Amino acid sequence: MIAEAGLAALWLGAALCMLQLIAATLAVRGEAQLAGIVRPVAVAQAALTMLAFSLLIWLFVEVDLSVALVFENDHSEKPFLYRFAATWGNHEGSMLMWVAILGVAGAAVALLERKLEERTLLATLGGQAVIGLGFYAFLLFASNPFARLYPAPPEGRGLNPLLQDPGLAFHPPTLYLGYVGLSVAFSFAIGALVTRDVGPAFARAMRPWVLGAWIFLTLGITAGSYWAYYELGWGGWWFWDPVENASLMPWLAATALLHSVTVLATRDGLRAWTLMLAVIAFSMSMVGTFLVRSGILTSVHAFAVDPRRGMFLLVLLFLYIGGALALFGARVGTVREGTRFDPVSREAGLVANNLLLSAVLGIVLVGTLYPLILEAATGTKLSVGPPYFDAAAGPLALILVAVMAAGPLLRWRRDNLAPLAKRLAPAAGLALIVLIAVKFVAPSIHILSLLGLALAAGLALASVAPLWQRNLRRTPLFVWGMVLAHLGVAVSLAGMACDSSFTVEKLVAARVGETVTVGPYSVTFDAIDPTFGANWQALQATLLVRRGGGDMLTLSPQARTYWAPPTETSETAIHTALDGQLYTVLGKQAPDGRWQLRLWWKPFVTLIWAGGALIAIGGTLALIGRLWRARRRPQEVWL
Amino acid sequence: MRRLLLALALVAAPVLADSDLPPAPLADTQLPDPKQEARAQALMETIRCLVCQGQSIADSNAELAGDMRAMVRQRIAAGERPEAIRAWLIQRYGSWVTYDPPLDRVTWLLWAAPVMFLVVGLLVARSSFRRRRA
Amino acid sequence: MTGYAKWAPLVAFILLGSALTYGLAKPETTNIQSKMVGASVPSFTLPPATAGLPGLASSDLTTGQPHLLNIFASWCVPCAAEAPQLKAIADAGVPIVGIAIRDRPEALQRFLARNGNAFRAIGADDASQVQMALGSSGVPESFVIDGKGRILQQVIGPINSQDVAGLVAAVKAAR
Repeated sequence: MIAEAGLAALWLGAALCMLQLIAATLAVRGEAQLAGIVRPVAVAQAALTMLAFSLLIWLFVEVDLSVALVFENDHSEKPFLYRFAATWGNHEGSMLMWVAILGVAGAAVALLERKLEERTLLATLGGQAVIGLGFYAFLLFASNPFARLYPAPPEGRGLNPLLQDPGLAFHPPTLYLGYVGLSVAFSFAIGALVTRDVGPAFARAMRPWVLGAWIFLTLGITAGSYWAYYELGWGGWWFWDPVENASLMPWLAATALLHSVTVLATRDGLRAWTLMLAVIAFSMSMVGTFLVRSGILTSVHAFAVDPRRGMFLLVLLFLYIGGALALFGARVGTVREGTRFDPVSREAGLVANNLLLSAVLGIVLVGTLYPLILEAATGTKLSVGPPYFDAAAGPLALILVAVMAAGPLLRWRRDNLAPLAKRLAPAAGLALIVLIAVKFVAPSIHILSLLGLALAAGLALASVAPLWQRNLRRTPLFVWGMVLAHLGVAVSLAGMACDSSFTVEKLVAARVGETVTVGPYSVTFDAIDPTFGANWQALQATLLVRRGGGDMLTLSPQARTYWAPPTETSETAIHTALDGQLYTVLGKQAPDGRWQLRLWWKPFVTLIWAGGALIAIGGTLALIGRLWRARRRPQEVWL
Repeated sequence: MRRLLLALALVAAPVLADSDLPPAPLADTQLPDPKQEARAQALMETIRCLVCQGQSIADSNAELAGDMRAMVRQRIAAGERPEAIRAWLIQRYGSWVTYDPPLDRVTWLLWAAPVMFLVVGLLVARSSFRRRRA
Repeated sequence: MTGYAKWAPLVAFILLGSALTYGLAKPETTNIQSKMVGASVPSFTLPPATAGLPGLASSDLTTGQPHLLNIFASWCVPCAAEAPQLKAIADAGVPIVGIAIRDRPEALQRFLARNGNAFRAIGADDASQVQMALGSSGVPESFVIDGKGRILQQVIGPINSQDVAGLVAAVKAAR
């Protein structure tokens, strides 16, 4: 009954989506009466999809095994949180979440967007409806989450134990809010291309939506990275895996868009760039969804593989991205050209930012797809991994960091190199000092890590420089946001460089009672005992850990065996100190009775995700700052 | 019935069951010389596990990955250069086994891409700027 | 935006879309072919894997007699499934030698007793070293080797009954 209600809600939502599209199209063309129903229809559509999603969650929490999806992915012995999260730990459920968020994003625009010109807003809602229809069709015809199973089996097939983790509860929804949030920017661009209304007002209206989606994407990627780090048992936080790249590409486009929209808002420049980036950002989201679900690429993160569905998604991609880019080509010529800039100016810095981010995006795309295309064309199998991406994108990223340091210190419109150099001198000097110091202390450090540390230090100082000699209490919130976000990049970069260069690893086969030294810690293998949990049993090692003359700590890594489905996993035990993490893993037992232990001391590795969190916080402050200011001073044309 | 089950188990690809034997000696033990171990580790992080879904042999629990790690460490300890070991593996498995794609006839475009993007970017940037008045 | 530049993104996307369509139509194969096909068998010496059968060395493969080299293990399920095919090939007069990967003598004895023994020799490869040297990445795999020790052909996965005749012919045709 509930499943059928959910399916009915989806069909109704799809019907309303169609209505939204028709009404919006006609309203934009001049039918004034229909303009009034577009917004309510958008809201109703969102309500129906959220209802369908909530009903699916209910089915998972109650473990209704007469629904095929619940049988495949749920189990009555799973803890509540993981039954809840299992809703989106599979293809159909996550697709429904995608469509639900798409609907809610459209409804939010309908309810909250007041600054946009009416015709453009209606065209935007029309764009949202066009996107929605394709994905509704995909859901209803190729990925029905509510399909029944007769007779209902006695127990579910359970979920991959790697996904029974708080990470699953947090990472996909955040990421999807980001991916799908970018659809709003896409629709705005479509709307603007249709009505030819591109200017500062349009940019100011679009900016909060881009910021919002970008913040969620940043959080989602950061959370995913940390989740992989502690879950997979090898301390890796980024592998340039195709699925990871699929999440990075929209983020790169969204970051470029974020900066581009500011130029459009303040200087009425970069019109074509902003529109194109808005289209590309969501296009990358859709390409990512396609890559991950079609089975076209092998990945350790892949969770749904179906070439048939891949075909459907590919058709949607051609329709949407092809359509949007065709519209771009047809209309952008009639969009009045914005102003041009002086080569030394903040605008120029932002153009450089855009180009560097786009280049990195291009490199990631090429590197991810090259093996696929090469094999299809010539039959040669190739692997493209970290050595390529680090070498190709790394230097560009470092140049970008340098531009990021100079950017906020550049004046708008026109600046000169000499005063700029003076403003940058402290940061450049700090970078140089750090470069020399690190090279002295660690002569064999890799060049990219060395430059990364030096530039991170320089960027850290340069990012707080805009606050220098300012009345801090009267500094706008969005400036604080920019400062924190750029500082977050510096922090994250420092963490990455430290982890790459200074990690200490110890692999030992230890007997109970033995002590090993890892970095500043001495680790004593005290005991090994069986233990059990809700749906697993494990062997747990007790490690007594001490640093210098400090207190004794206990770490308990486990080797776990789940029984539904039968899987073995390794639960890492991590101790977080102010200057790094001690990462411990229990391996197998050797024939002579000794136990395999893997121990790492990772100095400053937590900076990677602390930086990511800072970036998200900075974005949030900027968003709040912009919204607040718009509310208080609606007439003002601000910089 | 047994025949049917065996037939069902017939797969076109090699099987990935687990053997009984313990891992090879150097699969999970570090070399005593830290410089050699660092070279071995750096190489292992760029060799692809043949039986995994996209992991290096440094990051994999698979038995064959362990045997490959043991082979790498053994050879580095014997004085072989990492590039020679990589070349040996490529000779046997093709470029697929290394995460560092070689620069050759089929991969030149991959390595040229960053340069090409940069050049295109500079050209686009030039068109956004106006002439600087002295 | 100039005339052609505004269509560049669409063109780039059409190229990308074509690449994706192409890739979806011809999906990646999961099997890794050995690149040693056409090359000589690398030199190796393996101890006997079980009582009653000699070990295997590369010199045994360069005697002028072609062989079928079968890489297998007692813990490998499809290896048991291909045993009848191996017997058929052996009955046709093809000498079959084996390399047992990460195996124990007793387990191997039981395997051969249960599934039949078509092997003239089985070498024990406890750390997959020879397997790697041959460019093999799993079990079961089979190689057709000519009298001079050159690898002519590789079969990945268990031998199907349809392939038996072809393999017998390949070994017989080899010199």
